[in-house]
Amino acid sequence: MEEYRVELTVNDGKISAAAKPEESLLKFLRRNGFTEVKCGCEKGDCGTCTVIMNGKTIKSCITLAMQANGKEILTAKGLEKTKIGQELQESFVRHGAVQCGFCTAGMLMAAKGYLDTNPEPDKAEIRKAISGNLCRCTGYKKIVEAIYDVAAENHRLEGDINV
Amino acid sequence: MSEFKIVGKAIPRHDAWAKVRGELKYADDFTLPGMLYAKVYRSKYPAAKLISVDISKAKSLKGVKAVLTARDVPRNETVTKFGQSTDVKGGFEGLYRVLAEEGKKIRFVGEPIALVAAETEEIAERACDLIEIKYELLPGVFDPEEAMKPDAYLVGEKDSNIVNEFGCLTGDIEKGFAESEVIIEDRFEIPFIDHAYLEPEAGISWLDDYGTINIRVCSQVIEHFRDVAEVLNLPHNKVRYIGTMIGGGFGGKEDITVESFIALLTLRTKKPVRLVYTREESLMAHCKKHAFIEKYKIGAKKNGKIVALEAHYIGNAGAYTYLTPWVGLYATVSATGPYKIPNVKIKTQMVLTNNVFASAFRGFGANQANIGYESIIDELARKLSMDPLEIRRINCMHTGDALSTTEQVIKTYVALPEAAEKAWAGLGEPTVSKDKNIKIGRGLAMGQMSYGRMTFLRDSSRCYVKLETDGSLIVRSGIPDLGGGQASLLSQIAANELGVPMEKVKIYNTDSMLTPLAGTTTATRQTYMSGNAALKAAREVRNRILNKAAEVLNVNPDKLDIVSEKVVVKYDESEYLPLTEAIQACNAAGIELYSEAQFNAPFTGIPDLSNIKGMTFPDFAFGAQAAEVAVDIETGQVKVLKIVSCYDVGKALNPACVEGQMEGGSIQGIGYALSEDYALQKGIPQTPSLAEYLIPTAVDSPEVKTIIIESGGGLGPYGAKGIGEPSFNNIVPAILNAIYDATGVRIRRLPATAEKIIRALKKDYFEK
Repeated sequence: MEEYRVELTVNDGKISAAAKPEESLLKFLRRNGFTEVKCGCEKGDCGTCTVIMNGKTIKSCITLAMQANGKEILTAKGLEKTKIGQELQESFVRHGAVQCGFCTAGMLMAAKGYLDTNPEPDKAEIRKAISGNLCRCTGYKKIVEAIYDVAAENHRLEGDINV
Repeated sequence: MSEFKIVGKAIPRHDAWAKVRGELKYADDFTLPGMLYAKVYRSKYPAAKLISVDISKAKSLKGVKAVLTARDVPRNETVTKFGQSTDVKGGFEGLYRVLAEEGKKIRFVGEPIALVAAETEEIAERACDLIEIKYELLPGVFDPEEAMKPDAYLVGEKDSNIVNEFGCLTGDIEKGFAESEVIIEDRFEIPFIDHAYLEPEAGISWLDDYGTINIRVCSQVIEHFRDVAEVLNLPHNKVRYIGTMIGGGFGGKEDITVESFIALLTLRTKKPVRLVYTREESLMAHCKKHAFIEKYKIGAKKNGKIVALEAHYIGNAGAYTYLTPWVGLYATVSATGPYKIPNVKIKTQMVLTNNVFASAFRGFGANQANIGYESIIDELARKLSMDPLEIRRINCMHTGDALSTTEQVIKTYVALPEAAEKAWAGLGEPTVSKDKNIKIGRGLAMGQMSYGRMTFLRDSSRCYVKLETDGSLIVRSGIPDLGGGQASLLSQIAANELGVPMEKVKIYNTDSMLTPLAGTTTATRQTYMSGNAALKAAREVRNRILNKAAEVLNVNPDKLDIVSEKVVVKYDESEYLPLTEAIQACNAAGIELYSEAQFNAPFTGIPDLSNIKGMTFPDFAFGAQAAEVAVDIETGQVKVLKIVSCYDVGKALNPACVEGQMEGGSIQGIGYALSEDYALQKGIPQTPSLAEYLIPTAVDSPEVKTIIIESGGGLGPYGAKGIGEPSFNNIVPAILNAIYDATGVRIRRLPATAEKIIRALKKDYFEK
């Protein structure tokens, strides 16, 4: 099968590599060393492969590598370079929101993507926003609290003290 | 003993940062130069005779390096073990068949037949398509009650499908029912469910310079190195397991998964071989939680006192035995719950069928028992117009009472009815429905669950602790970490005893050859077993430090403690010796600052399986859960509004981890109660992906309220009890009882889907 060159930016680094037309972005990223993007189902059901592409949260297993040509991808390893990403990582650790951790990288990306668009959500909105990301260990409570804590910080910065 | 400085605190786990940064390498994140990709060819039929396997075309495909069938496996048939170093026998160890054999029976859809290793994953897949199989299709048997009939189709090579039977007899069951003023009989059906951990099974194997097989894998049981060595016909010490941090297990990674396959392919090709299951393959190939049929009969006085209980369990073991006997024993022992019942008769039959095999799952057989007894006790309360809490208060065990099944006396604190009272009260003010079609209901359930393995398995765990010259601490343990914080807990215990901050502790874990074997991460045993081993090792080192420091400081060692890297005189911390100086003094005197300690559980003999009596488990954890649900009586849809989980954990060594287990266990229970059903039609899986097999999402899950009781009475370090599996008990019947409370519908066939509820509510309409 023919291969095509895909050029994209991942966490500020340029990647240029060949990809088959049918190759998913997930497989492409993992093959190029970004193993923080997890493979839990390859059908878009579980959310462990969630990344942010040009500001939009996507599931990389149901996105073709070629669709990412020329785009900017953010993965869990790039979170530290963003303020919300750093806060989310710290909050997940502090709240005990990480158990086995296999959903964590995708969950953080879903949370970051959502807080970028809605910085002051309530807990019900957070639950809805992460409902495409499965977690089997935590029961979600500590994950929601960890995200809410970062959001609550935004509430406070806005002068809204009734959080 | 050191005071609680580090233990008892919600300290972030050492692995949390690596996980949020995406740095942790799971089993499928690891590659080696020149590695091959493996694929497994699996049966398409649930019941057939395997006539022939033709691999000639597959083998000749370019890029294929090996195609193996049963003929290539040095020892294709051994027995299933799960880490025990003693043989129990008596039908407990089942057949472990690596690949299906020509001339023998295929037993389930997904049964492995051949293995391929190739240069790429795509080539391996194509090679699988070129394998030609001749089957002679057989009728099979799929229903366990059918499978028990004398003329039933035989799943395996033995002359009966019944794997084994267990019983418990207490008092006189007939007299008990004769004395009863109220008798209720019921039947419950509980389906197979899947673990649905987010990480599919994965591993990589390679040969090292000395011909040793190394396997890097996500397994709950690194002691399987012995079982793989048996398959390869190698000495045990020539197979090494390197366990990764595991992306969830829940019992599903307790049996061997990919390891035998990659080890065989590495042995053949001499190359590194990697195998990663797809989600579909994971769902098809690994074990399920046993489906159960339960027939219950309960007799009580009008005042609510239970006088007799009879239960007959039929456990659906699927195609192979695996851990089925142990699961049957758990169910039998758990069958009366935490209730004092003078007359008891329990019978359990575990039966082979041509469904995917069933084996370990969080809770083992205790959950299925718990669903039964907590449903029928709720029915009894309804019939007697009693409050659900009151009936439990009247009948529950207290400290020093014995289980009504085995008559094992519980010597630790029995937190009942305390936990039930707290869980029930924890629901708070009832939610008021604003819609006439939305009915609100509440349910309660309580129970006991063992922590630690069955005592006749003669369980032990080892741990190594060493103080380095710079005052840093090294812990070595074979402990597999499923995500519950099992490894980090050992660091916490060692740090607590030796006055070293958590940042200065490094645990090296989960290597079957280089770290002391800690036993399996199963059976809610690691806090109890490995926690005690870590404590024992740390205290030995601690005592040596204190004795030496006492000499230097010229005080009695009893007067010393280690706090924040200083050996201090208690109550006068101005007088102290820095820990590093105490270490120097020890090293100069040749005093060993390391210890490898072993902790042994209580050991018993194998009980009489027809009437199990006496100690079968070291101890039990007691707790209760309460749920409030809203049921839409127009659609049958259930929304769980509130869950309260209350457990006596003895001592919460890391409260965040304890809460994590309790919250996660409760939400897993929502799935078991409402949506999860690994359905098979004549052995063919009907839920091949996570779009069909539905586990709870964040929007399905309420915020679980946790209430932790710390009685200090557990057998674990600092009086801890285990919580991993117990936290998954009670929640299912609490939800089912709440649905009944809301609607009057008693769900007897799980899960409680909207369809079942609406059919029950609108019986007249549907039966027209």
